[in-house]
Amino acid sequence: MAQLTMAKALNLALREALQEDPTTLIMGQDVGQDEGVFRITENLLKDFGADRVVDFPVAESSIVGLAIGLCFTGIKPICEMQFSGFGYHGFHQIENHISRFRNRTRGRLTCPMVVRMPYGAGIRAIEHHSESREAIWAHLPGLKVVIPSGPRNARALLKASIADPDPVIFYEPKACYRAFKEEVPDAPESMEIGKAQVVREGSDVTIISYGASMRPVLEAADELKDEYQLDAELIDLLSLVPLDTETIMASVRKTGRCVVVHEAPRNCGPAAEIIARIVEESLEFLEAPIERVTGYDLVMPFFNLERPYLPDATKVVLAARKVVNY
Amino acid sequence: MPRKKIELENIVENISILDQDGNVDKALEPKISNDDLRRLFRAMTLARRYDERMLKLQRQGRIGTYGPALGQEAASLGPVYAINKDDWFVPSFREPAATLWRGWPIDKLILWWGGNEFGATPPDGAHDVPICVPVASQVQYAAGIAWGCKLKKNGGVAVAFVGDGGTSEGDFHEGMNCAAIFGAPLILIIQNNQWAISLPRKKQTASQTLAQKAISYGLNGLQVDGNDILAMIYATREAVDRARKGGGPTIIEAVTYRMGVHTTADDPKKYRTEDEVDCWKPKCPLARFWLYVKAKGVVTEKDREKMEEEIQNDITAAIERAEQYAPNPLEPFEHCFAEMPLHLKRQLKEFKAYLAATNGETSSADGNPENLAGYSKHLH
Ligand SMILES: Cc1ncc(C[n+]2csc(CCOP(=O)(O)OP(=O)(O)O)c2C)c(N)n1
Ligand SMILES: [Mg+2]
Repeated sequence: MAQLTMAKALNLALREALQEDPTTLIMGQDVGQDEGVFRITENLLKDFGADRVVDFPVAESSIVGLAIGLCFTGIKPICEMQFSGFGYHGFHQIENHISRFRNRTRGRLTCPMVVRMPYGAGIRAIEHHSESREAIWAHLPGLKVVIPSGPRNARALLKASIADPDPVIFYEPKACYRAFKEEVPDAPESMEIGKAQVVREGSDVTIISYGASMRPVLEAADELKDEYQLDAELIDLLSLVPLDTETIMASVRKTGRCVVVHEAPRNCGPAAEIIARIVEESLEFLEAPIERVTGYDLVMPFFNLERPYLPDATKVVLAARKVVNY
Repeated sequence: MPRKKIELENIVENISILDQDGNVDKALEPKISNDDLRRLFRAMTLARRYDERMLKLQRQGRIGTYGPALGQEAASLGPVYAINKDDWFVPSFREPAATLWRGWPIDKLILWWGGNEFGATPPDGAHDVPICVPVASQVQYAAGIAWGCKLKKNGGVAVAFVGDGGTSEGDFHEGMNCAAIFGAPLILIIQNNQWAISLPRKKQTASQTLAQKAISYGLNGLQVDGNDILAMIYATREAVDRARKGGGPTIIEAVTYRMGVHTTADDPKKYRTEDEVDCWKPKCPLARFWLYVKAKGVVTEKDREKMEEEIQNDITAAIERAEQYAPNPLEPFEHCFAEMPLHLKRQLKEFKAYLAATNGETSSADGNPENLAGYSKHLH
């Protein structure tokens, strides 16, 4: 067992993948000599060489586009978009090819690749470096969308994503890269993609979130307990596609009250889908309308104004109390 | 049939006029009035000092991450000197020298790097576009601006900037290809500073030069000593004249060097040697221009001292003004659409209630309270 940050845990998963499977290959901007702008690929060029850890020119469409061809030849690409904000340069290859080849060829040509992208706010970064746009990816049929929230699940989920037979958008909450450490087991560990975790049990209200927003949610749960004697049940989704509706329904049917939290904008955001499914499957169990704590439907403000525009513990507490006091 | 050589119309030239020892190629030396030489020298000095002060501000935590342009002042300034106020300036993100020359107050540049949209607002009436972060995407709208000038027959041209790394993006290729097809009066400066974060120029493209990319689009391309302001002015003037006469776009590869970090979040020791950096030090564009203006008697040692002092004072005053700036926290709502739709009006109400409930005190994700008290004054 070692205490690792998420950055180190992701690095461990990548190292294991390169060790265990000789067909894996890491490609992206500055992932080799520079070891990634967030140092997620630390020491990997040194230990695995330039054929396995490939520095790419500034060409995102090529990173994911060439990766398709690599897949067809039996190579397993692990692509890095330096920031999710530049993933759109690869969008059409992902939407038009990566998500569809399996279906188009009835399973004969597939794209078992991972596209890692750091997303989200909270690091005082310049424009285009702070957005949460997971809904865009989740909207594209044929892609899995996995979002870890801490070091241990980041390592296990990245391993699972690399092993997955389908393309996975692996959305990394960069604000969590070095924010805290966690015990990460030495032995390889994987997790099933599409399974949510109940990270805290409670009976008064269900709070559903994922990724970076789990931190204000945990803070809010403490405040709800300490200040208002409310026991919140917290669900960490870990994956948006597939979405673990079973875990969601079991909890909502128990508490009858629900708040969904994410940094992404509200319109057609993940919360909209989650709430729709709850309404479809568990409407009769609800004691109150469901609340959303999300980013606003606005262009992400530059960092000086960023803070109040993000979900925080205060917003989650306000929403949870509103739902409970309904 | 025997193989035949296709003679291409376009060739790639290299131009340099003022060398690092101050020698001038008299045949190519551009005509610049003494007044303008003084202004240019002041502008280049300002850009250098601005960069140095910004690096200090960053270290003190007074702005966010900063991307300096040390050593690239001539490549940035020369091209905008060669166009008129009514022509268009389309920067990438390493053109403070050009931006300041175009009349942007220093405060705005500080505010941009301090995380404020106000720093991205062009001065009223300016034909300038703000900093562009997604690499090479600006080439597309630059081509559109230039094409628009042609369609409007207003005689205008656009000068745009991109980096060596940017030439690998599809946007670069597509934009230049279309600019050539439509004969858009666009002058694209490639600031070849030899690095794209950690990727050296030779790994960015297998082409011998970046200028030669012009040949494949059927437009004019040349390589220029980017640390030589005279050569940059000469080359841009020529390209601008041609563009105004309907001769279409030009790619100018400015051969220069990124003397500093990519940004303050970067550690170049991981990928390049100090020796390499040292090799470029004698080629400094500012030192070289100084030899020129001094030899011409246009700027004396005394003038320079006075200039340096004024510049430092100007920057200090700009920093003070920038730090007084308190953004209106509601502005993101006000500027998302021309008219605020109902769903945003509702969200705005919710946002105001939140600000009021927290009394301007919100806590950050890592639990550190952040004082937003200044915001509450905008609430009513
Ligand atoms: C589309 C896109 N991809 C990646 C980045 C991250 N990034 C910022 S600058 C840079 C390198 C750009 O190199 P170059 O074009 O040579 O410009 P320079 O930084 O040298 O001025 C990269 C990869 C970005 N801003 N935009
Ligand atoms: Mg460069």
